[in-house]
Amino acid sequence: MALSGIQIYKVLPQTNCKECGVATCLAFAMKLAARQAELSACPYVSDEAKAMLDTAAAPPIRLITLGAGDRKLEVGNETVVYRHEKTFVHQPGLFLRLPASLSDADFAAGVDKVAGYTVERVGQMLRTDGVAIEGASADAFAARVKQAVDKGLAVILLASDPAVIEAGLAAAGNTKPLIYAGAGADSAALAPLAKKYSASLTVGAAGDLEALAAATEKAVAAGAEDLVLDPGMTGWADALALPAQLRRAAIKKNFKQLGYPIIAFPGSLSDSAEEEAMLASLLIGKYAGLIVLDRFDQAVVYSLLALRQNIYTDPQKPIQVSPGLYEIGEPEPGSPLLVTTNFSLTYFSVAGEVEGSGRKAWLLVADSEGLSVLTAWAAGKFDAEAIAKAVKTTGVAEKINHKSIVLPGAVAGLSGELEEELPGWKVLVGPRESIGIPSYLKLLASQ
Amino acid sequence: MAVPEVKEKYAGRIQEVTLGAGSRGKTVAIGGESTLPFLHFEGTVANRPAIAIEVSDREPDDWSPLLKEAWGDVMGDPAKWAAKAEELGADVIALSLDSAHPERGNTGADDARKTVRKVLEATTLPLIVYGPGQKDKDNEVLVAAAEEAKGERIAIGNAEEKNYRTIVAAALANDQVVIAKSPMDVNLAKQLNVLIGDMGIPKDRIIMDPTTGALGYGVEYSYSVMERVRLAALGGDATLQQPMVLTVGYEAWRTKEARTNDEVPQEWGDWAQRAILWEANTAITLVNTGANLLVLRHPQSVALVRKAIDRLMAGA
Ligand code: SF4
Repeated sequence: MALSGIQIYKVLPQTNCKECGVATCLAFAMKLAARQAELSACPYVSDEAKAMLDTAAAPPIRLITLGAGDRKLEVGNETVVYRHEKTFVHQPGLFLRLPASLSDADFAAGVDKVAGYTVERVGQMLRTDGVAIEGASADAFAARVKQAVDKGLAVILLASDPAVIEAGLAAAGNTKPLIYAGAGADSAALAPLAKKYSASLTVGAAGDLEALAAATEKAVAAGAEDLVLDPGMTGWADALALPAQLRRAAIKKNFKQLGYPIIAFPGSLSDSAEEEAMLASLLIGKYAGLIVLDRFDQAVVYSLLALRQNIYTDPQKPIQVSPGLYEIGEPEPGSPLLVTTNFSLTYFSVAGEVEGSGRKAWLLVADSEGLSVLTAWAAGKFDAEAIAKAVKTTGVAEKINHKSIVLPGAVAGLSGELEEELPGWKVLVGPRESIGIPSYLKLLASQ
Repeated sequence: MAVPEVKEKYAGRIQEVTLGAGSRGKTVAIGGESTLPFLHFEGTVANRPAIAIEVSDREPDDWSPLLKEAWGDVMGDPAKWAAKAEELGADVIALSLDSAHPERGNTGADDARKTVRKVLEATTLPLIVYGPGQKDKDNEVLVAAAEEAKGERIAIGNAEEKNYRTIVAAALANDQVVIAKSPMDVNLAKQLNVLIGDMGIPKDRIIMDPTTGALGYGVEYSYSVMERVRLAALGGDATLQQPMVLTVGYEAWRTKEARTNDEVPQEWGDWAQRAILWEANTAITLVNTGANLLVLRHPQSVALVRKAIDRLMAGA
């Protein structure tokens, strides 16, 4: 919770000596509260005040880093309970659990599946983050960890024997692994290891938040800083209730002992890949920081990555593209002119279908404030006037040698009004869904 | 240090609405909760979210082949389709009178009556009856449906800001429930509930549809609108306390992910698994933010969503 200027002023020396470059301690306090000054500018501030201000300035949910290089994953540091208040910022990491006891070939195949998976959506490349390796003997474990980090993946070390864990930590090098020693493990005893290898450490307590808070306190006292919480979900209702309580305690109550990202294992509460995907979906919406899957079907992973991308977009502004005239496949003056809205998904769906059809077209993107065709139409933001305006401001009439414009089928009802707004133009009605565009363009070309 | 109390004390509660009466063998109550979804530790989740299966009076020509494969021949007959949907675990039948659309058959009030009668006889479940989504025809066939099903407490929709009077009046006159649909906006949803309430229909006969997008197609937008609606309702805003219905099947099955496997990236995975998950994950994501009634299309996603809801209710 951020402190107010007055709260900060109370712990400053209150001598108004001006050495910080500001006329009074109060003015300096106000600047601190607004994050326009650094506390270090005051030479006289007490250690006690420093400690208090540092704690207050720390994010309510600690930022934890896993992995290194281009696959570095950051989770935590969230500031709100509901995504309409402010964007959820750090997408939960998606991991696949792999037993170290798998054969060389099977383990390598598992690692390759995760490392090799990328898919493009709305102009972004989406991918999974790493593997959670389940312990075996120290030697075997180290070899498996090395296999995974060599592919650039972030790793979670699922092992309880400190000797095995240390072998894994050493093999992970400087890639910031996460130690997960099991729900009942004494995490404080592992704190020195975590510290030595700059690893993060999971703290668990089965379904009991008091015990969980006590355990994180103990781990911190033993020298660990970067913690991850396993609240011990025993069923689906728990998988919603426990993270909800943790999130509220951290954000609304600024309760530091529970201010860490949450790890979840939906597979152990599910009977099939589909069920696991649904529980993972619930956890993406509500508060998991790391999700370890037991199954890796491409369709499952794709749907989870799409949902993760959705939930973690800025709720204040739908992903938009700039309104204007877009050229798909070097269109000629005789190529058809299609109109749509500037909601990015609408744009990418339409542009993708035109591209996929192998034909050329002019795509006029009207400013619908980032809403899709039907929503924008219902909200009065995609009407004949808005479309006519887009036609005029883009000067598309000078680029084409015909006067036909294709409306999305869902707003066919606009054609009369549009013909009035654009005298001399012919308004055609296209397909309702972008998926119908290729056959529509084919038909248009044959006429 | 003791963990601080994080239970919320809400001033409001979601309105309970019951579907089905008369000859219906089952009634289905939705809403009634006093907390956010499945937070059993701080409130009561009076009723589980219910599942309606969508049945059309006209064999759909634009549905995914996967749906046609799943339903087979019954798609040509709404009565058989409804009976099969009941067998496969629906709580409610959502009958769409799509054939009334001027471009899709232009059938009228008499046909609507016959279809509603046939479907009522083929199933013991409560009904939702949807018009074709065209103002004049909606009014024509929904009035007919409301009259034909008098005493059965069906839900009729959609009543929208541009066209609600006739539909609400028909629900009022025939003791039916009305579905108030608004385009993904908290204030528009509120305004429509007020307009409809002003006509004198009691609150236990209004369900709201705040409109959703599918996973990957704006679901986050509806997710947050619904979360804001629900928080306002629990906070005591009586104009937003209606239970929420979402047409998940319609939205999920018109996405490219569900409809087709032609020239899609290999990373999209197995078509059937992807399509079913697209519907199931859209549904469960909306359940996570307050959906009370889901209109679905595929038997397998119905089974998945049902089991997920069983598991979520198990903490009660
Ligand atoms: S330097 Fe410190 S003591 Fe001096 S005016 Fe600034 S805040 Fe006050």
